[in-house]
Amino acid sequence: MAEIMLAGFGGQGVLFAGKVIAKAGMEALKNVSWLPSYGPEMRGGTCNCKVIVSDGQIASPDIAEPDFLLAMNAPSLDKFEGKVRAGGTIIMDSSLIDSKRTFRKDVNIVCIPAKKIAEKIGDGRLGNMVMTGCFISRYGKIPLAKVVDCMRRSVSKAKSSLAELNIKMLKAGYAF
Amino acid sequence: MAEKFLMKGNEAVAEAAIRSGCRYFFGYPITPQTELAAYMAKNMPKRGGVFLQAESEIAAINMVYGAAGAGARAMTSSSSPGISLKQEGISYIAGADLPCVIVNMARGGPGLGSIQGSQADYFQATKGGGHGDYHMLVFAPNSVQELVDMTARAFDKADEYRMPAMILGDGMLGQMMEPVGFFEPKEPEELPKKEWATDGTGMKRKKNIINSLYLESEILERLNIERYERYAQICEREPLFEEINTEDAEIIITAYGMSARIAVSAMTALRKEGVRVGIIRPITLWPFPSEIFARRAANAKAFLCVEMSMGQMVEDVRLAVDGKRPVYFCGRTGGMTVEPDAVYEEVKRILKLKTAGGM
Repeated sequence: MAEIMLAGFGGQGVLFAGKVIAKAGMEALKNVSWLPSYGPEMRGGTCNCKVIVSDGQIASPDIAEPDFLLAMNAPSLDKFEGKVRAGGTIIMDSSLIDSKRTFRKDVNIVCIPAKKIAEKIGDGRLGNMVMTGCFISRYGKIPLAKVVDCMRRSVSKAKSSLAELNIKMLKAGYAF
Repeated sequence: MAEKFLMKGNEAVAEAAIRSGCRYFFGYPITPQTELAAYMAKNMPKRGGVFLQAESEIAAINMVYGAAGAGARAMTSSSSPGISLKQEGISYIAGADLPCVIVNMARGGPGLGSIQGSQADYFQATKGGGHGDYHMLVFAPNSVQELVDMTARAFDKADEYRMPAMILGDGMLGQMMEPVGFFEPKEPEELPKKEWATDGTGMKRKKNIINSLYLESEILERLNIERYERYAQICEREPLFEEINTEDAEIIITAYGMSARIAVSAMTALRKEGVRVGIIRPITLWPFPSEIFARRAANAKAFLCVEMSMGQMVEDVRLAVDGKRPVYFCGRTGGMTVEPDAVYEEVKRILKLKTAGGM
């Protein structure tokens, strides 16, 4: 079982990234839950979602101590860093958060310039998928092929070029 | 049931309603249940149904009254403040003995309150809400899958007993996504014919009348007594609950909906330490599964009721336990969620108390 928290600004695709993990997790590990924060904010406000993937039953979908934190902006990292389980992993977008800041010593830190990588590939808005790819590689229990397959199946034919671009981002994050 | 979809609770209820043969949905948007209406807006027209955004919650429930009177399966949904507005209509529907399904994805109250999930509408759902002597069937699912299963059941039972049924969820359950499977869809034509419906005589039968106004008190009293005879049958036949680890339990945690899942997290941690804790999860809140509490009170030493409220179901638990054992309460309010740790600590505290430990 893994408890994953994704957090950032509204509009960064935090909820979507969580959905991609949940959907692939559902096929790889059977049980998942996806719990969004919801509020009056649409864009610019803070936003997070909590995803649990498990081969057993999931009791509470709320997460107190995540195993993984995917932080996509500085306020989210400040807010949730302290909650991560000791020995857990923080993946943070170092193109948006200063990687020279001090971190907790009892967690693994992955600094990935997700937004910059996404810009280089062709669309800076898809940093969320680079982060997701990076998570998939560090977690290791959901095959990347499963995520790619889910992405292709959940996008309509008319938008298949978008799916392919997202997949490129996933792969770049995975290879990081 | 083979294919699993990843869906929000709100959307899953809507899909389950359409598959149950509901073709009339009347609603008015409110967080955190808006996805339900949005799903209906998108899908009802494609499946031969009507989605109508009413001018208010009050209008919506009265449209349900009309559609139900004509014999159709009809639904409305809202969240706490909107459900308060519908109470007059619900009382009329109950008074006219009409079946329908009302969904409440509850949020923090009173007043406009907050938009986060809450369980503070238990009293309103189970003890009336509207005026007069009546009840609704109240189902309180704890997962997206159970939302689907209970929506189907709510339509069937509402028809069977000719009364309104409520799905009582909360914002968290409505907003979360989980894998869910669906039953085969039913067409409205496949459903049993409602001989009492005002769907046109075609000059072939006597007029049916749907009404909740009885100026002669003797008649109204007789109708109310007959309705309560039906309620007595429901209390006997229809309570639903889930039990986990209660056989050897010293302390029984009781909770419904999302709180019950939080209770499971706490129970798992306590069981690891050898603490004998079990759970009774009422699935129907009306009829309340009183009998199981009375039975378990013979062996359990104490009960702990966990709710996202200041304590509402705890009153029914106390009535059911009937003074045989102490009943404690642990809750958060205003849209806050009870944390498993708080339940864990409360169980530990109860164990230390003489009333529980000294027996």
